[in-house]
Amino acid sequence: MRLEIERRATRSSLYAALSPFIALALTVVAGGIMFAALGKDPFSALYSFFIAPLTSAWSLNQLAIKSAPLILIAVGLSVCFSSRNWNIGAEGQFIAGALMGSILPVMAPDWTSPLLLPIILVLGMVGGALYAAIPAILKAEFNANEILSSLMLVYVAQLFLDWTVRGPWRDPQGFNFPQTIQFSDSATLPPIYAGGAAHWGFVFALVAAVVTWFMLRRTLKGFEIRVLGESSRAGRFAGFSSRRMVYFSFLFSGALAGLAGICEVSGAINQLQPVISPGYGFTAIIVAFLGRLNPLSIVVAGLVLGLTYLGGEAAQITIGLSEKVARVFQGFLLFFVLGCDTLILYRIRLVSSRRASGEEAAQ
Amino acid sequence: MKKLLLALTASLGMIAAAQAQDKDPTLACFVYVGSHNDGGYSEGHDKARLFLQKEMGDEVKTKYVENVSEGPDATRVLQQLARSGCNIIFATSFGFMDSVVKVAKQFPDVKFEHATGYKTADNLATYNARFYEGRYILGKIAAKKSKTGTAGYIVSFPIPEVVRGIDSFMLGAQSVNPDFKIKIVWVNTWFDPGKEADAAKALFDQGVDIIVQHTDSPAPLQIAEKRGKFGFGQASDMSKFAPDAQLTAIVDHWGPYYVQRVKALRDGTWKSQSSWEGLKDKILIMAPYENMSADTKKMAEETEQKIKDGFDPFTGPITKQDGSVWLKKGETAKDETLLGLNFYVKGVDDKLPQ
Repeated sequence: MRLEIERRATRSSLYAALSPFIALALTVVAGGIMFAALGKDPFSALYSFFIAPLTSAWSLNQLAIKSAPLILIAVGLSVCFSSRNWNIGAEGQFIAGALMGSILPVMAPDWTSPLLLPIILVLGMVGGALYAAIPAILKAEFNANEILSSLMLVYVAQLFLDWTVRGPWRDPQGFNFPQTIQFSDSATLPPIYAGGAAHWGFVFALVAAVVTWFMLRRTLKGFEIRVLGESSRAGRFAGFSSRRMVYFSFLFSGALAGLAGICEVSGAINQLQPVISPGYGFTAIIVAFLGRLNPLSIVVAGLVLGLTYLGGEAAQITIGLSEKVARVFQGFLLFFVLGCDTLILYRIRLVSSRRASGEEAAQ
Repeated sequence: MKKLLLALTASLGMIAAAQAQDKDPTLACFVYVGSHNDGGYSEGHDKARLFLQKEMGDEVKTKYVENVSEGPDATRVLQQLARSGCNIIFATSFGFMDSVVKVAKQFPDVKFEHATGYKTADNLATYNARFYEGRYILGKIAAKKSKTGTAGYIVSFPIPEVVRGIDSFMLGAQSVNPDFKIKIVWVNTWFDPGKEADAAKALFDQGVDIIVQHTDSPAPLQIAEKRGKFGFGQASDMSKFAPDAQLTAIVDHWGPYYVQRVKALRDGTWKSQSSWEGLKDKILIMAPYENMSADTKKMAEETEQKIKDGFDPFTGPITKQDGSVWLKKGETAKDETLLGLNFYVKGVDDKLPQ
């Protein structure tokens, strides 16, 4: 006996649309069982996870802060992944953007101008794009595997940031602690509305999602991306260059990751520290696939994932659920979403070993 | 009459408030940078939380959030705790500093306590322990115990806390053997068993026979155990990981401080302060002195007593690494200097990473 996965002959658009909801329902049921088994009230646990974070302006702001970098990065990655360019190094491009964008606030803290903030943001995008250009050049010119090169460059960026804040950019007033000076007010990304906590990064994320969606679905460029992703041979016949696409997709996603990085530093942290990301660049890969590489769905996916982070904390505080359990619950969600998506396109067949060996014999 | 009435209502109100305070348990909340059972630093704080819970029983309720990254995540968690009704919040990692300062400003009615930081406000106190007192004892033991006259020192970051430890260790060692040497390895992490173990191996390969660590995992001690060499535990008693290698350990003992502060909050005597206590106040305690001769053990115990009686390891004459005089004979270091300490004493063969 063995299991086989085979593609379904027809694709049900009804189930494709229902799939996320089925997954959510399964997560709620499985999570509820787990919470009950741990001796916690499943209803209050689920309430803390999904509802409590949506009940106050404060937590909605926090949700926007947490999901902004995830959405920005994932939208960029959707272009990469749609064209089959496996950029795994968004975390490094995030850091590179943060570093490049911090040049002015750290080295010229007294310079204030209305132009300062736009320049900082553009520098952040340039930083991310330049850093993404390295694996792109290696792939396009030397045929190096971009999964490895982009991933390895993450560690280089992390260590470079570490060195920068301990060395040349260390706050001279900071008792030798590894951090830069705080950004001045004019270098700080302001909140979306006065009194709120969420900064403009979330708006940038929404704009990026809409623009990218438009590009992917409604322009020739989007067609090119999808054709090259489906089959690079077919793309070549259409006159598209997969070499140029390597550059385009990496620079595009690198720029968005860099923008996410500088927004996080300028809007939320307000200074550089040895660690500026709890793994946004990697989590965004999950977000991109949760959103099925569609920029608009990615917005939803980013918000849902952000919600489970906040919910995990709320559950720790209100019902004393351990952080590990919160992570397991998050894992449930991802597992069911990806599982449901797979089962809509494929089905599992039990193949009896007798028949299978018979087939082999026939061959 | 009107004034009297006003005074009466005011005092009635105060009584009511005081009574309410007697009845309602105080909600004390904790934020950890690691997990509550990491075997080192965060576990030390969580044990202290349980100690607080046990000591004060119904008078206190505790909550904690673990694995909180420094930066925006810490700010959010602190805000969430303050909003959820915590009366006092202990932020137990240095890296939470700017987040605590920010959130303390937003919630003036909540009291905040930040471990090992240096920024205070009306509702934000800091607390730390004079761990360097313990390191002085470690230095003396190492100098007496070592056959090679050289100890290895595994360190995290060149911050004042760590530099103080190195200097104090060196002064202790020099008081036994003026030519004592240390080899320093910076691993740039507080907790990374792999890196810490590699550093320990490299040090033993270079001929040291005792290692000291200012990182949190028991990995270096486990290497010492394997090689038949010696070391000291950090933050908690690590003898179960290395029964034949641990000479003693500097054990963090935050519990009594937490009890004292929560009690102060309940009687209304809580004030912002910068607490920096030592061996005498039992905020750090020495694990049993083991795997050493009776003679060495006696010296260690006497030194511990001497420090409890008021001896300061940073008592002159002390010369800086560059040969200039830091403290004249009989002079002791000021707390401000120690808090920002960024130079070595004479005899340390290393350059501070700049």
